[in-house]
Amino acid sequence: MTRLMTCVAALLVLGACGRSDPGLNQTGPDPDLPSIRQTLVPPMRIAKPIGWGDAVPTVPEGYTVTAMATGLQIPRQMLVLPNGDILVAEGRGGGAPALRPKDVIAGKIKKRGNTGVDSGNRVTLLRDADNDGRPEVQSVFIDNLNAPYGLAFVNGYIYVANQDALVRFPYQPGQTRITAAPEEITKLPSRTNHHWTKAMVASADGQTLYVGIGSNSNVGERGLAIEEERAVVWAIDPTTGAHRTVARGIRNPTALAIEPTTGALWAVVNERDELGPQLAPDYLTSVREGAFYGWPYSYWGQNVDPRVRPRNPELVASAVTPDYALGSHVAPLGLSFATQGGFGGDFAQGAFIGQHGSWNRHDITGYKVVWTPFASGRPNGDPVDFVTGFLTEDGRARGRPVGVLFDPARRILLVADDLSNTVWRVAPRAAPAAPAPSPAAPPPAT
Amino acid sequence: MQSLRAGASAVEGAIHGILLAFPIALFTSALITDIAYLRTAQIQWTNFSSWLIAGALVGGGAVLAWSLIRLLLAWRTPARRGWAIYAAVVALMWGLGLINAFKHSQDAWSSVGVFGVGLSVICTLLALVAGVIAFSGWLNREVVR
Repeated sequence: MTRLMTCVAALLVLGACGRSDPGLNQTGPDPDLPSIRQTLVPPMRIAKPIGWGDAVPTVPEGYTVTAMATGLQIPRQMLVLPNGDILVAEGRGGGAPALRPKDVIAGKIKKRGNTGVDSGNRVTLLRDADNDGRPEVQSVFIDNLNAPYGLAFVNGYIYVANQDALVRFPYQPGQTRITAAPEEITKLPSRTNHHWTKAMVASADGQTLYVGIGSNSNVGERGLAIEEERAVVWAIDPTTGAHRTVARGIRNPTALAIEPTTGALWAVVNERDELGPQLAPDYLTSVREGAFYGWPYSYWGQNVDPRVRPRNPELVASAVTPDYALGSHVAPLGLSFATQGGFGGDFAQGAFIGQHGSWNRHDITGYKVVWTPFASGRPNGDPVDFVTGFLTEDGRARGRPVGVLFDPARRILLVADDLSNTVWRVAPRAAPAAPAPSPAAPPPAT
Repeated sequence: MQSLRAGASAVEGAIHGILLAFPIALFTSALITDIAYLRTAQIQWTNFSSWLIAGALVGGGAVLAWSLIRLLLAWRTPARRGWAIYAAVVALMWGLGLINAFKHSQDAWSSVGVFGVGLSVICTLLALVAGVIAFSGWLNREVVR
């Protein structure tokens, strides 16, 4: 009873009852879903940024990690070109107006956990022809973009998904700078742009560009009218710009990728906040044609969110369950499949997932890159930590992972870190002797 | 000297009246916009409520501070009882109003719901009671002896 009273008092003052139950399994195809716990004050806990100093991220035994590029202006997603050059999209978008006192206050608090650097609004090119981890060229490839995020290379064009439009640029192999004016292929939904990132990937045959368009609110609190064509994935014809909507109710699909054995489209998705520290799980899912993933009416399939009115039971009844939970509030922003055998051993078939990390639970979660093993084009096993060390032991942030990119030609994994404005390069340790049969087990989950 | 004091007291009373007008008008308005939201599910109404409650708390906070100061000054006088009741009413109004502000910071339907509109009803009633106490002359009669 005393504990309950303390809890109620603390809830009123601090919302301190937002602790999570470590016994719940929040990953995999069938996560434990606790009951909804809304608090008067949403628990906000920002990991204070402190930078890396001399430290570097932690990688599994048998791998090395180095900073491949520093001094960037908010690196997000990356793309490797056929000649091995690497493109990095840099910027910050959004700017949805504050509608309530809460928006003003929460915005100020969240800002403390992010970089203060200005939005780059550009794409940087990194060339490391000898694959020693030290680029010979680091140049501004395309400038004057508008919060670029998704990148693709199709039919001799570089496609850039700005926060408001899909644009393309003609490209000659070996170019280190493009000065041509952007050719707009199609506008993308950008009114308000609460979730502004436009993730993008080209289909396996290069005939289609898939673009993820996030919702315009947490759960409809800006009204449902501005959610038209939000929380969707578009399939866009790269030449004409004509589009159709592939999937709906997919709250914030922040990274898209093609699974290499099946050619299927997969996404990592950021789910809703303020239902408690362990709701709703962010997820990895195949993007099924015509599917409705629940937002805003329901989460993880058909679990109704009581905050959305008017209700829509017919739509909820049609909601599909995502394939694989990643944990609540881990904020997955990066997705890259291992291709052509990956790193071999335990890391041959599967996906690397960059988790930007939580800001609204007491026990901070995410802030790492995990590996999800796949078999026959489906997740097969628990996620394991691959790159960690982004948090200090006392819960301060050295960096925050965003986009991840596996480059099969060089057998490296790149991780964009938008807090320290670095691109990290993870590579197997050079082994002149016979390589070990399999990479050592990753460090235990923290 | 006597007239100076009376003049100062009149100005003080006027300022008090202006400040108290904020929670009286704004909590009442928030109750109306809460009801409008629950009837229509139009988000704009709950946004209105959030700002109205925030404004009521700013004005009400000044009234609360003022009433507590007057309570302290009147501690050893017969007026103490009146000020204590007034300060208690204002404090309860303000405290519940603060909880209601947090309630209204939740998203969509959760920003109001039964709990939110219930708090709006209580805050409105308490603001009106505070207004009756303040403007009926009951406090002043005891202060300006």
